[in-house]
Amino acid sequence: MVDDTIAAISTPIGAAGIGIVRLSGKEALPIAEKVFSSFKHKSLTNTRNHSLLYGHILDDTGKVIDEVLVSVMRGPHSFTAEDVVEINCHGGIVAVRKTLEIVLKAGARPADPGEFSKRAFLNGRIDLAQAESIIDLINAKTEKSLKVAVNQLEGMLSGEIKEISTEMLELMAHIEAGIDFPEHDIEEISRHKIEQKSGEILARIEHMLALADTGKVFREGLRTVIIGKPNVGKSSLLNALLKEKRAIVTDIPGTTRDVIEEIVSIRGIPLKLVDTAGIRETEDVVEKIGVEKTKEVFAESDLVLFMVDASTGLTAEDRALFPLVKDRNSLVIVNKTDVTQEVNVSEIETHFRGEDIIEMSLLYGRGLDRLEKRIEEMVYAGLSSSQEEIVVSNVRHKDALERALRSIKDVLSAMRAGLPTDCMAIDLRTAWETLGEITGESVSEDLVDQIFSRFCIGK
Amino acid sequence: MEYYAGEYDVVVIGTGHAGCEAALAAARMGCSTLVLTLNMENVAFMPCNPAVGGPAKGHLVREIDALGGEMGINTDHTNIQVRMLNTGKGPAVHALRAQADKKLYQIRMKKVLENQELLDLKQALVERVLVSDDGVIGVETRFGAVFKAKAVVITTGTFLRGRIIIGDVSYSGGPNGQEPSVGLADSLRGLGLELGRFKTGTPPRVHRKSVDFSKMIIQPGDEKPHRFSFMTKDLNREQVPCWLTYTSEETHRVIRDNLHRSPLYSGKIEGVGPRYCPSIEDKVVRFADKPSHQIFLEPEGRDTEEMYVQGFSTSLPEDVQIKMLRSIPGLEHVEMMRTGYAIEYDILSPTQLKLSLETKKVKGLFSAGQINGTSGYEEAAAQGIIAGINAALFVKQKEPLILKRSDAYIGVLIDDLVTKGTNEPYRIMTSRAEYRLLLRQDNADLRLTEMGFRAGLVKEDRQKAFEQKYKLVEQEKGRLAEVTVAPDEEVQQILTAKDSSEIKQNTSLIDLLKRPEITYEDLKKMDKNFPTLPEDVVEQVEVQVQYEGYIKRQLEQVEKFQRLENKKIPDWVSYEDIRGLSTEAKQKLERLKPLSVGQASRISGVSPADISVLLVYMEQKRRGCPQED
Repeated sequence: MVDDTIAAISTPIGAAGIGIVRLSGKEALPIAEKVFSSFKHKSLTNTRNHSLLYGHILDDTGKVIDEVLVSVMRGPHSFTAEDVVEINCHGGIVAVRKTLEIVLKAGARPADPGEFSKRAFLNGRIDLAQAESIIDLINAKTEKSLKVAVNQLEGMLSGEIKEISTEMLELMAHIEAGIDFPEHDIEEISRHKIEQKSGEILARIEHMLALADTGKVFREGLRTVIIGKPNVGKSSLLNALLKEKRAIVTDIPGTTRDVIEEIVSIRGIPLKLVDTAGIRETEDVVEKIGVEKTKEVFAESDLVLFMVDASTGLTAEDRALFPLVKDRNSLVIVNKTDVTQEVNVSEIETHFRGEDIIEMSLLYGRGLDRLEKRIEEMVYAGLSSSQEEIVVSNVRHKDALERALRSIKDVLSAMRAGLPTDCMAIDLRTAWETLGEITGESVSEDLVDQIFSRFCIGK
Repeated sequence: MEYYAGEYDVVVIGTGHAGCEAALAAARMGCSTLVLTLNMENVAFMPCNPAVGGPAKGHLVREIDALGGEMGINTDHTNIQVRMLNTGKGPAVHALRAQADKKLYQIRMKKVLENQELLDLKQALVERVLVSDDGVIGVETRFGAVFKAKAVVITTGTFLRGRIIIGDVSYSGGPNGQEPSVGLADSLRGLGLELGRFKTGTPPRVHRKSVDFSKMIIQPGDEKPHRFSFMTKDLNREQVPCWLTYTSEETHRVIRDNLHRSPLYSGKIEGVGPRYCPSIEDKVVRFADKPSHQIFLEPEGRDTEEMYVQGFSTSLPEDVQIKMLRSIPGLEHVEMMRTGYAIEYDILSPTQLKLSLETKKVKGLFSAGQINGTSGYEEAAAQGIIAGINAALFVKQKEPLILKRSDAYIGVLIDDLVTKGTNEPYRIMTSRAEYRLLLRQDNADLRLTEMGFRAGLVKEDRQKAFEQKYKLVEQEKGRLAEVTVAPDEEVQQILTAKDSSEIKQNTSLIDLLKRPEITYEDLKKMDKNFPTLPEDVVEQVEVQVQYEGYIKRQLEQVEKFQRLENKKIPDWVSYEDIRGLSTEAKQKLERLKPLSVGQASRISGVSPADISVLLVYMEQKRRGCPQED
């Protein structure tokens, strides 16, 4: 079967530190070769079938992304009966995702829902009895990813993409109207204008790509609340997180004066630290704003960091917070373990899972690493069952944005090379259709509609 | 009283632009063919503007010609002005447009029909299409003549239950004072075919001698006119100019004051009109901020004083039309000869057709042209030739000829109609084609002549000329790759003069030609042994070399597109039974019965997941029922 090469993360996201990026299709080997550098300088394309190679995944600047094991399975002796390459990443989910992005950049296409299984079936690798389950798989995955896509698109991404898309459409309609109706008194669009507009569109896509990382979480930040009794070390934790990372301090308009949000990047995940009144002042939050209000703050947060003091042991205030916190995505931080360990951890374990209890000494900077790692794991695994689709759909969006960017660059280079407007119109159209893949909107009639609604054309 | 009047392989109903091409194609492919016209005076009549071609439309004409059709040749022989439009915008959108001498166009086309072997031309009003359980068997005329046929092509244009509307006057009628066809509409409905209703219109015609051209801008033809047909050689005749003027404030005032008398706004017109060809009253209302609209005066022929007022289509009452005309600079004392009108007519919803233009309901019954919901002579002729070819192939029990979206504008046109349907008269546009850089008007022969030859429509002379042309193209490309020029002063001077960077080493001519600023003509100055080649060969070489990168990219896209296109959906597929298809997809697929997976994917409401499910289902069935493979 002649088909293009697809790629996807083929392991459940969040499981341990290992993840597999799978490629399938006739270009699987050459594409993997482009991004892989073997320690023993072995070539992927020449390697024996079903062998493992050890090396690095490199991005297009040559930067090492992860240390990986790569296995090669040539068709028809593979899951899909096509050439298959599996890249086993070790550097955690961020590395897996990055690796997927790199192979997409190198020429693979994001796999559709259930596409590996579909290919396996169409190529005769899966027997007839399983056909029905493949149909279910396709539908289930499509439904899930559609839901996610819709969720994703409700945010600023969709607004921005629609705006860019509309700008492209207007530019195209102007060029195309001139081409299709040359003798009508439509003001011909100048090359300068096309260049200027394309430049603007280019800048907007570049800006989106700079912002775009996976998931809504990644765009908008993980709303995080730090809570705990006075003097437990909330400010120290905040400062520890802020000091080490490049923090962007924002005073977001529209929020109440006394709520300040700080964004800090933890392993590529933006944490939006919500500094509710009371955290900075060493006062008890519950006492200050009341139980109901505290619940509300929790309800709006994605993550609660609940701090207790190891040197004093659990207090009645701490215990009062347990029931409020435990239903949230929360981590218990046992601070000041450098002084004494008065806290009975097993009591906390009756409310929280062991891995969610982190012992720490902010004074000596101990335990911060574990906290960050745990946050990362939670983001990819624990926060929501649809995280996997979120990651996947966002990689797709990013891939589409990258391709649209390339097409717009083609418009500009055609301009510089002095090629006629028709050539530019074609690249512009490709860019526009690519953005349409993200919003899932059908595009073909839009252009014709746009031409007729904007320009007076008649015989 | 009905009587047996004869038997033919193919009967074509109508002699408009679709009917002429359909009849000629069928006869030229060796089928005994009868073509029936309502009125012998109206063969190949142009009821609207006296022009052929333009963007995308000109491409269609070239494609019709490359397949062995008549429209291009006929236009070449009867035009009075030719212009190549869009010359500065890239080779793919160059567009040839000719002003036709309407009468001459008709006379010549009628003669071609009359002299075509195996073709009979008769005047008759067809009342009924005759069918048996197996499909179409013939037609019956108003006078009772029964013509038996293996295939029937309906090309009745705007005649089906036609109704003319001018202001508050309306009456049953075809275009230009002819009678409508009412019985046939009922007969088609009786066959279970679904009819829709569209509207179009035409502007008034005025007397040349009453026009003051001194107030208008002259629009001459090209100094060196191009030709439509790949077979036409010489085309040197005197050209007649068109004239440009603009509507005035006063025109718009007259229109606004009389809008209440417009059938468009009073609800008298129910049919859906095209957006691209709005009446002047529509334009004034919709684009209220535009102070004026351009108006072209186009001669209807060399031997007539009638002129067509392009841009002035209207169905306002006659007295208003005269007032409007006389408010236009240069038309202050104009004499109106024919009144503009709107016409409503029945169409066959085109989603009832296969890509071969055969109806899905009735075997052997084809339809082409305006009846399928299109507008324009070129769109009609393009469908006509395909319907004619496929009627002939049907008679010969051969596979139909289906042009893909990547083959031709004709393919785009038919696929759009059949797969998506249309809710207004459909006009072809270059922006409708995905693979525009491949579907150029200069290479229509390269794309289609071989197909026409295999179908039996292209005759040996054309095929030979075609082969010869492309042999020269390949030879010359090979030569340009071999011949190099040295970076001497003379060469650098030529390059500098063209704003092109100097060369540092010996460079092949083909590499120089790849530079957008360098033309084939420029190469001549650098190479003493330059051959003199026919213009069409030079054009090919130039375009193929200069746009190689773009062409290659589109070819890659086409390759992807073809994969799903080549995956045919077998007849036995029952969408009702496919578990996992969305309900909307089930209904639409069942109704449209797409030919290929690619076509299915273009139906609105059919998602990529539905396509995956369909593929899995087909594979499942294939393995389960090997005998049907």
